[in-house]
Amino acid sequence: MSLTLPEVKRVAWLARIEITDAEAAATQSHLNGIFKLIEQMQSVDTGGVEPMAHGQDVVQRLREDRVTETDRHALYQAIAPQVEDGLYLVPRVLE
Amino acid sequence: MFNSTLKQLSGLLARKQLSSVELTQSCLDRIARLDPGLNAFLTIDAERSLVQARAADARIAAGRAQALTGIPVAHKDIFCAAGWRTTCGSKMLANFVSPYDAHVVEQLDAAGAVILGKTNMDEFAMGSSSETCFFGPVKNPWDTSRVPGGSSGGSAAAVAARMAPAAIGTDTGGSIRQPAAFTGICGLKPTYGLVSRYGMIAFASSLDQGGPMAKSAEDLALMLNVMAGFDARDSTSLERPAEDYTRALEAPDHARTLAGLRIGVPKEYFGDGVNGDVAAAVEAALVQFEKLGAQRIGVSLPNSGLSVPAYYVIAPAEASSNLSRFDGVRYGYRAPEYGDLADMYAKSRAQGFGAEVKRRILIGTYVLSHGYYDAYYLKAQKIRRLIAQDFVEAFKQCDLIMGPTAPSVAFGLGSMSSDPVQMYLNDIYTTAANLAGLPAMSIPCGFGEGGMPVGLHLTGDYFAEARMLQAAHQYQLATDWHLRQPAGVE
Repeated sequence: MSLTLPEVKRVAWLARIEITDAEAAATQSHLNGIFKLIEQMQSVDTGGVEPMAHGQDVVQRLREDRVTETDRHALYQAIAPQVEDGLYLVPRVLE
Repeated sequence: MFNSTLKQLSGLLARKQLSSVELTQSCLDRIARLDPGLNAFLTIDAERSLVQARAADARIAAGRAQALTGIPVAHKDIFCAAGWRTTCGSKMLANFVSPYDAHVVEQLDAAGAVILGKTNMDEFAMGSSSETCFFGPVKNPWDTSRVPGGSSGGSAAAVAARMAPAAIGTDTGGSIRQPAAFTGICGLKPTYGLVSRYGMIAFASSLDQGGPMAKSAEDLALMLNVMAGFDARDSTSLERPAEDYTRALEAPDHARTLAGLRIGVPKEYFGDGVNGDVAAAVEAALVQFEKLGAQRIGVSLPNSGLSVPAYYVIAPAEASSNLSRFDGVRYGYRAPEYGDLADMYAKSRAQGFGAEVKRRILIGTYVLSHGYYDAYYLKAQKIRRLIAQDFVEAFKQCDLIMGPTAPSVAFGLGSMSSDPVQMYLNDIYTTAANLAGLPAMSIPCGFGEGGMPVGLHLTGDYFAEARMLQAAHQYQLATDWHLRQPAGVE
């Protein structure tokens, strides 16, 4: 398997990472090298094997339904790139 | 003093022969002298450290000291610490001052330890050489033309150069153990779930685990006593009774202190992949363990060769999801110029992330994308099960598994950075423990090519940390590899 240049650009778009044509070409060659390594997996028969998501069999814990967090809005917004009146500012989405 | 163990330093502090302020200041002085040549630290805040040191001295004077009270500890810059710049080695977080403490940071603070500074690392912990950092590479104190390993290379170099008595790191695929091996120190990755991931900037959540880095197994045990513990804010934190990891260090008082210990040696770890100098040092260590009474048993981990391919699907997949939070909206880097919202995301991420981080996000995005999920992500998770099963079988025959931590000693700066695949293959012996969730550690066991340190890798069954630390401690009572220090940093 190998990725084409348009596929590299499409994946970069999905990942929301701007990529120039020159970067895409270099990335294509690196990614294809990595996928060659990854392809070794396909030689193994994994029929009937249960996928393993975690090292420990853990289940989500339940907790009592009560407020545990305090309001730290101002503290957290102090490190935001752009805020106004307690709101995060981004370019206009709706006209 | 700089070669003292944590126990010795703790004794000096308790007997008032040394104050935490004096100890912290002398570490800071040593950092000021040595670190310009090593680049192990990203942030030093002497005033902040000394405030903690003064509080520790007051606590010692009041008779409320614990084992780590007053001990300066270097923190990998992946642990959020309130009021400290926490960059994760990235331009994305170059100006991020954390508003809160990681659980591990809280635990160390409650024990009275002092934050000595934040250490350099591969960007977002993605790397095996500490070269992908936005703030420049870390250099190996044993030979500054070589890498210290990664991603916790700054923490490793800080301990190796005796700038910090101990450090904390994180290990997703070997990021504590491989740099420990490359710099001649000890490092432990605990059983997955033992140390809370809260406030530890996420790379691959099902693999990430924080752990201690120090000069000896005994010091690791003292550190782990403080770092481990249940935390409800990490959904995978394990609820289990607290353990004293130092409890088993001292063996019964006879010559064969490790009698009864069965050491499994996987045949797959001694194939063509390992360099001769590393294999020879590891072999000598195994002979030493036999002298201490341990029994060597040949075992097999037939799927171990698949751990790197499976890891480089699972880790990037989880990373692509975790790193989607860096979008230039709530914190972190935002591009100075952009058009619409999508353009702001794409430019902020393109400019804020380095090449290796972008590569891994792209791999992760691809393997999780429509039509490829089963062929890559699900397949890798099935192989993960096979790898974990190999260990279940092996641990029916042995108590610990030993082998090399890395295939070679530390390599030259820049020698692998152009070829990601070659770099990834450095993780051949370490990623399996993360995939299975098992505890594993590296201890110094000799020297190889160029007089560089070699690490011995120990893997234990789930929650076998105390057993592993005991074996390592007994080995260190009989040998002095862990006491050697680099010549250039006297």
